[in-house]
Amino acid sequence: MRLTCPLCGERDRREFYYGGDAMALERPAPDAGDVAWNDYVHLRDNPAGATRDLWYHDGGCGTWLVVERDTLTHAIAKVTPASEVAR
Amino acid sequence: MANLIATPPFGDTLPVTVGATTITERPIERAASVAPFAGRAKAVSAALKQAIGLGLTGPGEWAAKGEASVIWFGRDTWLVIGAEVPESLQADAAVTDQSDAWACLRIDGPQAEAALARLVPLDLRAAAFGTGRTARSLIGHMSASITRAGGQGYDLMVMRSMARTLAHEVAEALQSVAARGA
Ligand SMILES: [Zn+2]
Repeated sequence: MRLTCPLCGERDRREFYYGGDAMALERPAPDAGDVAWNDYVHLRDNPAGATRDLWYHDGGCGTWLVVERDTLTHAIAKVTPASEVAR
Repeated sequence: MANLIATPPFGDTLPVTVGATTITERPIERAASVAPFAGRAKAVSAALKQAIGLGLTGPGEWAAKGEASVIWFGRDTWLVIGAEVPESLQADAAVTDQSDAWACLRIDGPQAEAALARLVPLDLRAAAFGTGRTARSLIGHMSASITRAGGQGYDLMVMRSMARTLAHEVAEALQSVAARGA
């Protein structure tokens, strides 16, 4: 697998560290309640198809990325800096 | 202040010469990382340009003027080598002394490119990585800065604690490449 970092260009998978589901960027409000927080902390989908994950370019420029990818075809649809998503 | 005797980061592991290709230490006497605060990159670039004659470079690019060079060093970070970063820059950027934090070697010669092809997951050929190019990537398992030094040469930087590992791995790769050609 190769990811195209917006700063570095196309790079080998070994340069990246997996950071889990990109829903981590959608932090609930402190008073959102137990259900929302339980969902945020513990519950993850396991889709056969489109996923949205965080990857860290640690063997490169140090940018956190949101990678949209398909778990069935391994096709990568989009790579966006997490700083642009989580503003 | 007393002028102490510097201990080179590579110890006695360098220089190495294999055929016409050499690996030599590039002493860093002065270096600082410059990381502009949000929205301040343009101001920092202008101030730096006025002070040392070089502004901030684009991603994957570096520039030099006299003894000074500015190397893109990752997301919103640059390394300024061989020049004093003006203190006034600290209003717009995180400026951190890196003088003894990184070690730099140069591999130069006809087999430099082939030796690095064994260690670095990048296309470092001149067509893809020519004059003025730099990259953050891996050398083996080490996080590194790799810069086209001109001609057949590359400057490789790792954190100082890994200097001897870098020298060893690059020398071994170069010797292996040379042995196949012999
Ligand atoms: Zn990158």
